[in-house]
Amino acid sequence: MSIRQISVFVENKQGSLVKITDVLAKENIDLRAMSIADTPDFGILRLIVSDTDRAMEVLRKENCIVTETAVVGARLRNEPGALATAVRVISENGINMEYMYAFNGATPHHAYVVLRVDDNEKVENLLLENGIKSITEAQVSEI
Amino acid sequence: MAERYWQKEIETASREEIRAIQDERLVKTVKHVYDNVEMYRKRMDEAGIRPEDIKSVDDLKKLPFTTKQDLRDYYPYGLFAVPTKDVVRLHASSGTTGKQIVVGYTQNDLDVWADIAARQLYAVGADENDFIHVAYGYGLFTGGFGLHGGAGRIGATAIPVSSGNTDRQITILQDFGSTVLCCTPSYAMYIAEQIKAKGIDPKTLSLKAGIFGAEPWTEEMRHQIEEMLDIKAYDVYGLTEIMGPCVSYECSAQTGMHVNEDHFIVEAIDPETEEVLPYGVPGELVFTCISKECCPFIRYRTRDIGVLTVDKCSCGRTFVKMTKPKGRTDDMLIIRGVNVFPSQIETVLLRMGYSPNYKIYVDRVNNTDTLLIHVEMNEDMFSDTVAKIKEHEKALEAELRSLLGIGADVKLVSPGSIERSMGKAKRVEDKRKLIGG
Repeated sequence: MSIRQISVFVENKQGSLVKITDVLAKENIDLRAMSIADTPDFGILRLIVSDTDRAMEVLRKENCIVTETAVVGARLRNEPGALATAVRVISENGINMEYMYAFNGATPHHAYVVLRVDDNEKVENLLLENGIKSITEAQVSEI
Repeated sequence: MAERYWQKEIETASREEIRAIQDERLVKTVKHVYDNVEMYRKRMDEAGIRPEDIKSVDDLKKLPFTTKQDLRDYYPYGLFAVPTKDVVRLHASSGTTGKQIVVGYTQNDLDVWADIAARQLYAVGADENDFIHVAYGYGLFTGGFGLHGGAGRIGATAIPVSSGNTDRQITILQDFGSTVLCCTPSYAMYIAEQIKAKGIDPKTLSLKAGIFGAEPWTEEMRHQIEEMLDIKAYDVYGLTEIMGPCVSYECSAQTGMHVNEDHFIVEAIDPETEEVLPYGVPGELVFTCISKECCPFIRYRTRDIGVLTVDKCSCGRTFVKMTKPKGRTDDMLIIRGVNVFPSQIETVLLRMGYSPNYKIYVDRVNNTDTLLIHVEMNEDMFSDTVAKIKEHEKALEAELRSLLGIGADVKLVSPGSIERSMGKAKRVEDKRKLIGG
């Protein structure tokens, strides 16, 4: 099932991020979620967007380094303890998680969490057994 | 395809025949400079050498060296061996490290230059049907006019684009049907990148070969250019002081450059002891011009480190071959007491999957030299996780340490952020300031 995430290389230099966000703004690409991993030397901007193919294309055209990764988009009930359940399921099943980040949808009832794990299908099934659904790529634009 | 030669008789002559020509021309040249150039006369007198003492190439080692500093000291015309009324062309080298030098050519000198450039073009498979795209700079720099002269000599169509304006270079490659591209390897790489960025399939171009020189480059870079442009990439060597491009030229074997020994005698010496080294041993290349009229420099020290070999070449040429110079001793960095050539760094970058666009920063912090290399990120080395990128970076640093013998820090930067050069690439910024030095 999984959803598509774009990662963009961000040089640790003033203006790097502006260039990337400007490109996406100019092309009318909507950001659903984002997070930045930062190191002293460089950063990785991770994005879930409304139109992945076009975003990849315009970023590449502007000489940005991009890569696409399939990640799990879990939909949680927007209430205390929901994230704890999801994380516990992953941890107890011995699954290695590289990173995660959360975002809100348009409705107040749900929150979403992006999970980068080794085996997306396995995680999605485990979450489902615990009452947590994952969204599809098609659903991303409906959020 | 059968090998073609511009001047087959001399290019495939026996070693004895080549030697006989060298003996005769050396004797004549030594007399010429003794009679006409004050510096040579003085130095030979001081060393107690008469022109008659030089009877063959065996006697060459008796003669004093000529250095770049001599060209500066006698600037502009002090080393010309003919009156300026016989000089039909001047070229100059700006020299990144000091005062410029100037050299002159008689009509005969230009004819020889055109012939040796013609040998280079024939050696890469070009003839009168070809379109020679010259993207070396035209002007005082010898690059542009050198290859241009060769194109005219073989009756090919010369396209004197000169360097710069990469969009226009690409339009001309497409519209004019250039078949042979001549420029510096770093500029060839940049043109190749831009062709890729524009989404142009190199197979749609008529380009079949490239003649790349004027700066040190690596085998890895050759392979990358060949792949990106779908061509055969050949090396060419030369320097303003001796003639310009095509002092030596690469053939179909692509394993080093044949020195035009009927015009230049080449030696490899130990740069410290100045002792002549046997074939196969790396040394500083030293050239003696034996057919030039205006600037026939004797034993000119190039500061280029290379290896000479005299093995039989598959192309049939019998001239001595020199390897791609590892670097000019001028380009060599001494970091924490270790000799480092930028070309070594380039080799590692390409081997490890990075682009050959890099810049080296050398500094001194707390009396210790630091080496920092800016390297452009590419999609193959990128990942969505920090761990993976760091893993690649660590592998690169380990490889650099193993090849250079000293540690280097790597900083990954955005593609295109390292300044591209239209001519010779500036790879090094040395910020060391020696206290009391």
